[in-house]
Amino acid sequence: MGNYVLETKNLGITFGGLKAAENVNIKIKKNQIYGLVGPNGAGKTTIFNLLTGVYMPTEGTFLLNGEELKGKSQEAINHKGIARTFQNIRLFNNMSVIRNVLVGLSNLPEYKCNLFESIFRLPKFYKTEKAMRDKAKELLKIFDLYEERNNLSSNLPYGKQRMLEIARALATNPSLLLLDEPAAGMNPNETAELMEKIRLIRDKFDITVLLIEHDMKFVSGLCDEITVLNFGTVLVEGDTKTALNDPEVIKAYIGG
Amino acid sequence: MKLKKFKHYYSTFIITAIAVIFTVFSAGIGLEKSTIYLLEKIIIAVILAVSLNLVVGFLGELSLGHAGFMCVGAYLGGKFSAIMLPNLGNSALNLIASIIVGGLVAALCGAIIGLPALRLKGDYLAIVTLGFGEIVKSIFQNTSRESFGGALGLETPRFDKEQLFIYAFIALIITLLVVTNLMNSKHGRAITSIRDNEIAARATGINVTKYKLYAFIISSFFAGVAGVLYSFSNYNIQSSKFGYNYSIEILVMVVLGGIGSINGSIIAATLITFINTEFATILTGNLAVLQNLLYAIILILIVIFGNSPALESFREKYDVKKLFAKIRKNDPSTINSDEAHWDKIPTKISMDELFSLDVTNNDQNSVLNIQDKEGK
Repeated sequence: MGNYVLETKNLGITFGGLKAAENVNIKIKKNQIYGLVGPNGAGKTTIFNLLTGVYMPTEGTFLLNGEELKGKSQEAINHKGIARTFQNIRLFNNMSVIRNVLVGLSNLPEYKCNLFESIFRLPKFYKTEKAMRDKAKELLKIFDLYEERNNLSSNLPYGKQRMLEIARALATNPSLLLLDEPAAGMNPNETAELMEKIRLIRDKFDITVLLIEHDMKFVSGLCDEITVLNFGTVLVEGDTKTALNDPEVIKAYIGG
Repeated sequence: MKLKKFKHYYSTFIITAIAVIFTVFSAGIGLEKSTIYLLEKIIIAVILAVSLNLVVGFLGELSLGHAGFMCVGAYLGGKFSAIMLPNLGNSALNLIASIIVGGLVAALCGAIIGLPALRLKGDYLAIVTLGFGEIVKSIFQNTSRESFGGALGLETPRFDKEQLFIYAFIALIITLLVVTNLMNSKHGRAITSIRDNEIAARATGINVTKYKLYAFIISSFFAGVAGVLYSFSNYNIQSSKFGYNYSIEILVMVVLGGIGSINGSIIAATLITFINTEFATILTGNLAVLQNLLYAIILILIVIFGNSPALESFREKYDVKKLFAKIRKNDPSTINSDEAHWDKIPTKISMDELFSLDVTNNDQNSVLNIQDKEGK
């Protein structure tokens, strides 16, 4: 049991009579890049919302590194080690690029500094602030955002905004990173670059990645294993190549 | 280069300089009573505007009960100093102690109101805080003559007028330091992140309730401090003064100064208080009716000037920020960084496809259809 980073057990949620997700069992091993695919409305983002505490599962539960996280608040789940990005980018638009990352860093135990110390500018404040800024700059360099660090985040081009969102999620030091359609709206060059980047951060930060994506080239090039969802239930799961060639999956996508 | 480190504190430095100048003047040649009174009024308004900006500008929640917190501070601080009068006399110690007591009681009220109310958002929170202000007002109005003076108002001890404005200046400088320090720390960043995107803030591990409460408590503390200063400046406080009209006047200062800008709040609060006082002295008798009219016209003109599309070119020509940037000879790339990047617009349609001519209308995936969908 201990060797899975994320394990969902019969995870499901119903909104009134609608079963948005039902009996979802996903097991993700450490350092895997795991894909979650399926046609529109299959419940992929719902699963993400369940895993990050936005929705409370009505049935089943999920474990992160063997610890049950069902029923915890969003921030508590984030502190335990699940970070996410959003399908429609949600940055802190009126803040500079570096500040976006600094917000992500602010809850780590190594940068602890209470309100009193901040307001009265005690030595502890300067120490933690310097450490946070150094760490943030390091993160921004990885995502090629260092030059733009003082720009408003809303002024960044689209692809860089996506990168910044990933950087901010990584700043919270997660063990599992959830990416909701990271390649949406990117041109082929940017997509290829993103694939490299995701592999790089997986190795560099020693994390596990779960991602939702519609671009099948992207999924088959990057993911070790996938789960295909349709109408809230698991259609096929397993090795990426075999799962994508499964007749059921092709039927769900193309119809037939 | 070293100066850049202190750029957040420019306004504090300037106000400290002004405070020193006035103190020297009052010690040397002495100031007129009316000047000192105007000065105190301005200082109180600036403290109120800056502290409300913490909630409205940085936290992004609309609070209409700021005068209520001020009222609590004014009454409790005033009463405390009256109680301590036999022991401490009208010494500086009594003054400082009552300012702190008034602030702390207001902060406590902020916490009590904040805990349930901050689960609400937007208009609903505004209604709750508006209600709080009115409740506080009528509670103090209906107290007995002995406790808080009731409808006749509360008499507060008289402190040395020549000194009171110096303490008011010190309170203002402390307010500015606390607010700027807070906003330039990780706690301040957490507060602004909630304003920008609450969902993302939660997902990034920010404890939204905690930080909302922090902002609310600190804001109401300084409202209380301003209230105590107000009560000492006027000797007698009437709770009817702290109605929602006053809350909205503070809000107007914040909005005019620019939501989320501390320097803007300082300038707007100074200007509005000055204009109001000048009108009150110039327009007397029958002309007093014009006071509010002129005040309203000025506000409307400022809003039109700030937002009218017709004045766009005018505003750009006289943009203070760009002027400063020119003087400093900043890197032009950072100034024009908000220009659109045509090659990186967030769309799934490639630009070549958009400009190509071979598009038929009955093609399902045609560019025109996609544009149509997006238009809706």
